[in-house]
Amino acid sequence: MTTPVKLLDFITILPVIFLAAWACLLLLVDLWVKHKRVTAYLAALGLAIGLGLLWYQAAWIGNAGFNHMVVLDGFSVFVNALLLLSGLLGIALAYGYLRRMGIERGEFYPLVLFSLSGMMLMAQAADLIVVFLSLEFLSIPLYVLTAFAYPKAASEEAGLKYFLLGAFAGGFVVYGIALVYGAAATTALDGIIAAVAEGRANLSLLVSGAALILVGLGFKVAIVPFHMWTPDAYQGAPSAVTAFMSSAAKLAGFAALVRIFALAFSSLSDDLIPILWGLSALTMLVGNLLAIPQTNIKRMLAYSSIAHAGYILMAFTAFGNPGVAEVSIAAVLFYLAAYTVTNYGAWGVVILLERAGDLGLEIGGYAGLGRKYPALAACMTIFMLSLIGLPPTLGLVGKFYLFRAVIAADLIPLAVIGVLTSLISAWYYLRVVVNMYMRTGDPEISPEPWALTITGLMAILTVLVSLLPGWLFFLASQARLNLF
Amino acid sequence: MPNPWVFIGLFIIIAAIIPIGAIVVALILGPKKPNPIKQSTYECGLETVGDSLVQFKAQYYVFALAFLIFDVEAVFLFPWAIAMNKMPLYVALEGVIFIVILVAGLVYTWRKGALEWV
Repeated sequence: MTTPVKLLDFITILPVIFLAAWACLLLLVDLWVKHKRVTAYLAALGLAIGLGLLWYQAAWIGNAGFNHMVVLDGFSVFVNALLLLSGLLGIALAYGYLRRMGIERGEFYPLVLFSLSGMMLMAQAADLIVVFLSLEFLSIPLYVLTAFAYPKAASEEAGLKYFLLGAFAGGFVVYGIALVYGAAATTALDGIIAAVAEGRANLSLLVSGAALILVGLGFKVAIVPFHMWTPDAYQGAPSAVTAFMSSAAKLAGFAALVRIFALAFSSLSDDLIPILWGLSALTMLVGNLLAIPQTNIKRMLAYSSIAHAGYILMAFTAFGNPGVAEVSIAAVLFYLAAYTVTNYGAWGVVILLERAGDLGLEIGGYAGLGRKYPALAACMTIFMLSLIGLPPTLGLVGKFYLFRAVIAADLIPLAVIGVLTSLISAWYYLRVVVNMYMRTGDPEISPEPWALTITGLMAILTVLVSLLPGWLFFLASQARLNLF
Repeated sequence: MPNPWVFIGLFIIIAAIIPIGAIVVALILGPKKPNPIKQSTYECGLETVGDSLVQFKAQYYVFALAFLIFDVEAVFLFPWAIAMNKMPLYVALEGVIFIVILVAGLVYTWRKGALEWV
């Protein structure tokens, strides 16, 4: 039944292996490196090589490795490319920020790489055991990174909260996997499909297992009611970590969710649609409503990230409908890419305005930014418009595809909730813009070349790609899920 | 050939008999001349200094962690070493990679000064 390991097996997860090895080496090299910026550049070099390997690996798309434990398909290549790019952006934002906050420690970069290799493995996992393995592999470095501002109490508290709730969520995933194994007698996704098709699987057990896995992954991507850790962890963590965490971890979590549910559990979709419907409606409502009273920009963006998880889940609700599944997966991927770009830009602005000792994080502190730094304020306006989903930004195009998928699946009430909550979100996003342009104040920014570059670049991308979104959507719709 | 589990059963019985026997023999044969010093609590033969409910140095934690890692490594390496002549090359290499990763961890702990007692 099991075949011996071949070279092809290693090629299927080549970037993951390389990144993990590179992170180990970096950890050792860092011991003898005096200037931590060397470590940062080496980490960025590793990510660039990872992108190269991904490109090389693309010739083998459609192969499975290690006895179908991992697969290499268009979906995984798309997600992994996005993950590697978001790692590069995260390192660029952290580069000056860590030094300014006095927490420039070499371990930051290997930890980011370890976490990224876990995320990339997650996007390729074709077996529930590998899903759990990579979930832990990506989470543990993130817990450490959240508490990275040691000895700052808020950061340590955030790290501990994230760790405890994350470990709890990991337990849910394992329990779900155990139930699925009990139902289908296998943890391989293709085995589960076969078991359901042949009628061997105990369906009620399988649905319970799927629901528990949904809970566990819902924790990771911050879906209401499993979102409690998000505001505290996002606020307490150093901003550069939050930027990375809110983009990349969400990406990996949704990648696993899409693969597991769209492939293995697509036959359960009739049972799961009401659950997903309720969860996504609740997430959009709670995320957007709780963002309104926030005065701290990090907390506001945390609730906004919960709301966006709701929008993505909304498009994914109809995953089992064969006519819609492909459109909805493409829309999810497109939105994740759009959200990554916008999110990094917004966090770039937050990082530029933050000063040591948690200063410069109040939304009121953005008053006068429009007069003093017009270019930066323009960038922030673009990001806020994109998060609302107004033209001319990527957020609008992303939401357009999401709503198109939802309407194609005939879930009109859900789409209405989505539109209404988007309207609500305009309230708190525009408040930042109003503060920047219509109130007077004297904000202070720290001109860090990398953070400024990234913020500007993301603003340009947000506008330009929204004018010509076709190629990105084409790529997203080419990102097919494969098992064999 | 008896059931191989018999040996495990025998092992458990013998493992229980030896310490119990030693204590019982000491109870029967040992002279009993108690005095306050003998009756007092002791820790590795040394006289306790101050309260015995003290806070331990957090550094023990790092040592325990490093010890545990290499302890577990040994557990993994035994089956690997025993099956050495039956396994394909890549499995042998996997074991070597495992050791190399742990050695890298040791180098890291060492260089960070976690192995020095302060």
